[in-house]
Amino acid sequence: MSETNQIPAVSPVKEPSSFRLISALAIAGLFSGILLATTYSLTLPRIQANKEAALKNAIFAVLPGSADYIILKRSGDTLEEVRLGAGDNQNEEEIVYAGYNTMKELTGFAIPGEEPGFQDIIGVIVGYDPVLRSIIGFEVLESKETPGLGDKIFKDMDFQQNFTMLKVEPEILVVKKGQKTRDNEVEAITGATISSKAVVVLLNKSMGAWVSVIDNYMKKNDIKLAGHGAKK
Amino acid sequence: MENLIWIFVSALLVNNFTLSYFLGLCPFLGVTSRLETAFRLGLANIFVMVITAICSYALNTWVLPYAPYLRLITFIIVIASSVQFVEMAVKKLSPELFKALGIFLPLITTNCAILGLALFATNKGYGFVEGIVYALGAGGGVTLALALLASIREETRLMDIPDLVKGTALNLIIAGIISMAFMGFAGLFSAT
Amino acid sequence: MSAEEFLKGLWKENPVFVAVLGMCPALAVTNSAINALAMGLATTFVLVSSSLLVSLFRNIIPKQVRITAYIVIIATFVTVVDFLLAAYTPVVHKELGAFIALIVVNCLILGRQEAFASKNRAGLALADALGMSFGFTFALLCIGVIREVLGNGSLFGIGVFGEGYEPWVIMILPPGGFFALGFLLLAFNGVTERRKNKAKLKDLN
Repeated sequence: MSETNQIPAVSPVKEPSSFRLISALAIAGLFSGILLATTYSLTLPRIQANKEAALKNAIFAVLPGSADYIILKRSGDTLEEVRLGAGDNQNEEEIVYAGYNTMKELTGFAIPGEEPGFQDIIGVIVGYDPVLRSIIGFEVLESKETPGLGDKIFKDMDFQQNFTMLKVEPEILVVKKGQKTRDNEVEAITGATISSKAVVVLLNKSMGAWVSVIDNYMKKNDIKLAGHGAKK
Repeated sequence: MENLIWIFVSALLVNNFTLSYFLGLCPFLGVTSRLETAFRLGLANIFVMVITAICSYALNTWVLPYAPYLRLITFIIVIASSVQFVEMAVKKLSPELFKALGIFLPLITTNCAILGLALFATNKGYGFVEGIVYALGAGGGVTLALALLASIREETRLMDIPDLVKGTALNLIIAGIISMAFMGFAGLFSAT
Repeated sequence: MSAEEFLKGLWKENPVFVAVLGMCPALAVTNSAINALAMGLATTFVLVSSSLLVSLFRNIIPKQVRITAYIVIIATFVTVVDFLLAAYTPVVHKELGAFIALIVVNCLILGRQEAFASKNRAGLALADALGMSFGFTFALLCIGVIREVLGNGSLFGIGVFGEGYEPWVIMILPPGGFFALGFLLLAFNGVTERRKNKAKLKDLN
């Protein structure tokens, strides 16, 4: 009976109130938000510049002679020029680039695209000349193909040669090495058939998606290609 | 956009999250001593991954364009919350499974595979359906890898192994061989 | 005291070889020595900053929400390093890709906050973070060097073996990561065993 009168002398540990917990997290969140927003705004210009430089290099590599480019977005059955801001997602499926040389003449269209290769996605950008109906440049942007075999799509000079003047009509075909007879044929890399075929599938898909739209755009705006002044 | 079959098969076999991307290695090396536990953990992973895929797609589409720098933090919070939710659901629906999984359920939060899934899916620009298919493939691949390693490890328990190799070193070498085997899947469902 | 905290991370408690933590980046980005080094340095930045902050605020962060607080802090620094790399070293950023962001789930970092930084003053926490980071970077470099030399015949991009070398391509592919770490662990265990046995023999004498 006397035991019930005995109260422990130790004072109970205070549990932090919910307010304390929430405010602690809120402060952490606030600090985090401030640091991140600051860093983001400080580094954004450089990150943008890096992206643009990489894009520019790729476009100029596949459209020889170019000094500038504009961004074109699919709009109905033709193209319209757009200006993309800092945060905008450049959705590759809807965008191509038009290159211009120092005399402001059109050099061609740079078309990005991607397709599953042997290992993973292959990302590519090609330069297209709508008057010659040919691909005039080719650059691999992304590749996880097997080193020594599939990665020859960007390492092998002979394979690259396929794309200096590749006719896209009626469609691009793959042939074995040494058997190229026509302008619209691509010689596959020995030992990397699937990677080579994936590239050709990608190109045919790109051409199918963009050739007529580009034709409409050029007709509508009466645009002439550099070096083809008299032709439309 | 790649077709759905390719997305699924690629995540499951060709570019297996554990054997090709090295994601989810902590449970892979830590929880695979028993096949049953490993398999169940894999299933829990799939579930969390699907939820994460949906949430990260939603975040990426509607919230993050306004504050891209909050991407990582929001993804992590979403994952931690999904795991909490799954934990509560498992506790209620199947208490024995809950006991069997023990501490490994909350550990899914720091599993790189889940965050990796969110990051990869949003980087690749996958939509709602693609994201779910990707999550199913990735989760399935993780479960497959877990189950394979667990089965082999159960076998090795009865073998005579030098002390030096026992443990993580051996598991890594076994994993390397399984990874090599999976390389044989490359080329599946790509350009024929 | 500080020196001891620093040194333990390098060998005795090396996060990769002993505790087998932070495996994901250890294998994913070590297909070349440069990438391994970059990942090691990025992780160092995150671990040191997070540990300092956690240690400074250890008495203010309530116990119940500590894990969440740590994760927020770590995620913040990871995002910062991601932006810095994207801005100043775009090539490295592209190579490391999503694995920079994955530093946030590197069990090493969260583990050190929970086990050490939250319980010690800033000076010790800093020493611990530096030691662990350097040990981690050292381990990554070991793996990266082995994989690049064997799998590509080069070191930091410079050819090592000359024209005739036929590289073991498998080493720069995923299985190579598993093998490299597996055999390194084997070697590490071997060395530790030898030291232990030597010490035992010494005691017996």
